[in-house]
Amino acid sequence: MPDDPVAAVAGALGDSVLERVEFRGEVTLSVSAEHLLGALREAQAAGFIFLTDLTAIDRHPAEPRFEVVYLLTAPDARARLRVKVQVSGTDPRVPSATAVWPGANWLEREVFDLFGIRFDGHPDLRRILMPDEWEGHPLRKDFPLVEEPVQFLGHTPNVPSDIIPKTPPRQS
Amino acid sequence: MSDLTRETLVINMGPQHPSTHGVLRLILDLEGEVIAGSEAVIGYLHTGFEKEMETRTYHQNIVFPPRIEYLATFIEEQAYVTAVEKLLGITPPKRAEVIRVVLAELSRIASHLVWLGTSAIDLNVSSVFMYCFRDREEVLDIFEMVSGQRMMHGYFRIGGLQWDLPDGFVERVRGFLDGFPGRIDEYEALLTDNLIWRQRTEGVAVLTPDDAIRYGCTGPILRGSGVDYDVRRAFPYGGYAEYEFDVPLGTRGDAFDRYRIRMEEMRQSRRIALQALQRLPGGPVMVDDRKVALPPRRELVRSMEAVIHQFKLVSEGIHPPAGEVYAAVESPRGEKGYYLVSDGSNRPVRVRVRAPSFSNLQVLPVLIFRRYVADVVVAIASIDIVLGDVDR
Amino acid sequence: MKIPPPTQVSRARSPHEITDTDVRALEGNFLTTTVDRFVSWARKNSIWPAQFGLACCAIEMMSAAAARFDISRFGSELFRASPRQADMLIVSGRVSQKMAPVVQHIYEQMLEPKWVLAMGDCASCGGVFNNYALVQGVDKLIPVDVYVAGCPPRPEALLDGFIKLQALIAAGSAVRRSRPSAAGKAG
Repeated sequence: MPDDPVAAVAGALGDSVLERVEFRGEVTLSVSAEHLLGALREAQAAGFIFLTDLTAIDRHPAEPRFEVVYLLTAPDARARLRVKVQVSGTDPRVPSATAVWPGANWLEREVFDLFGIRFDGHPDLRRILMPDEWEGHPLRKDFPLVEEPVQFLGHTPNVPSDIIPKTPPRQS
Repeated sequence: MSDLTRETLVINMGPQHPSTHGVLRLILDLEGEVIAGSEAVIGYLHTGFEKEMETRTYHQNIVFPPRIEYLATFIEEQAYVTAVEKLLGITPPKRAEVIRVVLAELSRIASHLVWLGTSAIDLNVSSVFMYCFRDREEVLDIFEMVSGQRMMHGYFRIGGLQWDLPDGFVERVRGFLDGFPGRIDEYEALLTDNLIWRQRTEGVAVLTPDDAIRYGCTGPILRGSGVDYDVRRAFPYGGYAEYEFDVPLGTRGDAFDRYRIRMEEMRQSRRIALQALQRLPGGPVMVDDRKVALPPRRELVRSMEAVIHQFKLVSEGIHPPAGEVYAAVESPRGEKGYYLVSDGSNRPVRVRVRAPSFSNLQVLPVLIFRRYVADVVVAIASIDIVLGDVDR
Repeated sequence: MKIPPPTQVSRARSPHEITDTDVRALEGNFLTTTVDRFVSWARKNSIWPAQFGLACCAIEMMSAAAARFDISRFGSELFRASPRQADMLIVSGRVSQKMAPVVQHIYEQMLEPKWVLAMGDCASCGGVFNNYALVQGVDKLIPVDVYVAGCPPRPEALLDGFIKLQALIAAGSAVRRSRPSAAGKAG
């Protein structure tokens, strides 16, 4: 097991790494969907034996719309690595990581349920948290929170998310 | 005999069931009493926490974490607040960190007491349930003393704590912790050498270390199989690197090992809490950064800048820099992490809760394959899931 | 001095005659009431809830059943696992969209007379969670008798709601028509 598995993985992936971000001591490597499984296997061989988390982010309306995020942990070297794949909003598909970690099974089902991203090669891709006949993918940004307004007299906000409105994003 | 056809009987367990520890549905394929296959259906407690947290400011979101994992409430708050502080790049004052450790370890004790009580009552040892809740009430009294609330505290804040400790807190906690080893001895006397308990839990729900790692299990279920991974050791947070404690490991990966591990973890939690109480420093409990914490009241009378900071913080909230962080703590169930994605505005773009119970529950069909129906109850109890954590 | 009045003795002329004296003597030893009130008294003092813990409120419900707050001194000796054997449904926790038909199913399986106590804010009105995933109050699914506010309500608050339910049962008639559930009314 290498001492610096992050550097080992970055070195092994070479040009497949599209972007490398370091923030607050954490390293994020972006790869493309074709190189994803290879990158995950490289990482697993370098000591990142835990698939700690598998999730997605919806960047709507920016394109590519989705980012599928894999968080890996190497307990012996005490290192964490984040691997990301950018996925477009139209027909989002990513290869399934269940071949590398069986524990990705439910995590990918959850991403499919809440975001609508399909995982090719998943043994049993169906909804897990929402009812089976639910329509829509709740964690997408264009799916509303569906807040029930409460009648108030005066100018108080009717729904909780209106109490403090969102400020515009700012780059630091 | 081989000419006889066999049909499996499909049985539904839950979502309303006394032994599923919440609204979990299991579909079991039975050949007689032996389980030929099983499937866990979850989602009966899906609350939409992650989407809800995207529509609130970072401070408003403090309300939600204790409702996700409602047994170890302070640990859940600590996870969220640690993640936001990591995103902001601030550290809370030392006193706040130490108090957080004390309350987090008491929370771990309270959670393990509920686990022990409910596991015992599943196997019909109902007196242990009563004794565990008696001890838990003492811990909840301490929580109420500190925050005003037994369960959903809102006491850990971004940058520190809501307010300082009340008088008599240290003596109260010491009083409880001094008497606690006797209580754990009582439980062990009732259960550990109890023939029925041993026969029900030894060799049941065995998980190999390879399976545990591949399925993403963390916490006592992983350590029960012998894999040494504790977030407090591997990625120390909140000052845990300074405390001396042992992390118990199992050898056989069965339900009995997990029981032994959790009993020992209660003792170790007590050890950590006593060390923390001993080194409790003075000082403030909230960070001094005016972009994060409200100014003290008396400054509002004197300083215009303080008024502006107060106004901005209350009407808009904090603005962390754009970026993403992941911060994890060791909850009684495993690695509880918060993955925050910020775009520089006052609301997070994404709050992802890395739920240990979700990943741990995946392994249930492996644990109960080719076992009896009665072992399903023991298996679920030994994983120690919280459905709020599984479904979020 | 005045002599004390003589003690009352029965002036019955035969063993089969019952005089006013006898009746007055008996009054101290017999309870007279209507069947209605007696049945209501019995029902309110032995409400056995169904085990229906959903979320955080279930932990406070367990605390209410445990030794310190002890719900069994109010008659709930046991929480029945099967809804068919239970009198009351304590909806303790948030009801998600997936759980809604299950709640209705459990409620319909319970036999009359049955009562529902919505414990906590989520069961009463959706609580902190005003979103797509939760039913905003269990009274959208089943009729509720008592609402207990709190997030989660303290065990004493749950017991207070329980006592109010007992008062409701005592005040109401034991003979009551079964209430159609919302599922029956929906088209």
